[in-house]
Amino acid sequence: MIWRLTLRSVDIVSGGLIPLVFFVIVASLSAFAIGPDAVLLGRVAAGSLWVAALLAALLPVGTLIAEDVSDGTMDQLRVRGLALETIMISRLVGHWLSFSPALLLAAVIGGAMLNADVVPLVTGLLIGTPALAGLGLTAAALVAGARGGSALAGLIILPLALPVLIFGSGEAWRLLAAASLVLTALSPFAAAAALRAAE
Amino acid sequence: MPDALLSCENLTSVRGGRVLWQDLSFALAPGDALLVTGTNGSGKSSLLRVLAGLLPPSGGMVKRTERYAYLGHDNALKAGRMLGAELAFWGVGDTPDFGLAGLRDVPVSVLSAGQKRRAALWRTCGTGADLWLLDEPEAGLDAANRTALLDVIDAHRMRGGVVVVVSHADIALPNARGLAL
Repeated sequence: MIWRLTLRSVDIVSGGLIPLVFFVIVASLSAFAIGPDAVLLGRVAAGSLWVAALLAALLPVGTLIAEDVSDGTMDQLRVRGLALETIMISRLVGHWLSFSPALLLAAVIGGAMLNADVVPLVTGLLIGTPALAGLGLTAAALVAGARGGSALAGLIILPLALPVLIFGSGEAWRLLAAASLVLTALSPFAAAAALRAAE
Repeated sequence: MPDALLSCENLTSVRGGRVLWQDLSFALAPGDALLVTGTNGSGKSSLLRVLAGLLPPSGGMVKRTERYAYLGHDNALKAGRMLGAELAFWGVGDTPDFGLAGLRDVPVSVLSAGQKRRAALWRTCGTGADLWLLDEPEAGLDAANRTALLDVIDAHRMRGGVVVVVSHADIALPNARGLAL
């Protein structure tokens, strides 16, 4: 049941290739905005690509949990004996699967466009994207009942994602891994608590 | 008396500082039905959510069998997915299909409101649960399907199932116990 739930999350959450295309567009916009100076581009590349990744991870947050709450799916899952925490863990994995693999692929393209070092960029994103997914999950649970939830979710996530962004673009792998581990591991419990408090 | 599939004692609900209902006690044994009626806002749906374990009661306790199914106001069907895939996800059997068997390959988004309700009823009644908690199950159904629903409920009770129905329409459940909130 849990595995099927995760697969279903991927099916429902993913806007298909939208986060990926979004990432590539943001990456190329920074290339156009900064200009064709290869040295300068190489210096700002990691930072802009991390910001682009963060924004791409934000895209599905508005509907990530709110839809399941409003259409009764969450009730049905709970009636079948699943704890909110279990549902949230499954949704976290589904959310990560729906944007990260495509994003890592796009990072290779984006890195080439911005003259960035691709290997550290992809390594960092691999370590950091679970944290972005976790933050997205928590924010999605917090705003599940609110009107204009997606905008609010953005305001909640962006400041909290600072450590991931700083350690990731600064190639501080151990700190990035630590921050990512904490954010990812805590998020299903925080999200479940948020949903419980909203009842 | 055989073991009750659903029983509650001194159940009380306070929502938003207002007492909705208090000191409800009843036990439903196999074959029993409870019809909950009341005006809008009298707490019928809240009672059903408490019985389903989705809402903690303000006081009292609920005991229910582990095999139960709940149908809320919302149908919990994803618009973009095929009806058959949705039902398969919830592990629903072939009956009672409420006349929808031929629509498995149709996306949920093209179903009418009544068809979606019937699909939700199929999911609720087709999982082999002993206890059904139904919140206005007849909403959006035409006369023929209402009759079919009542037949399905009767058959369920014959088999020793229990059903709690919340409704403000006249629903003919033979020998049902009534609870007016």
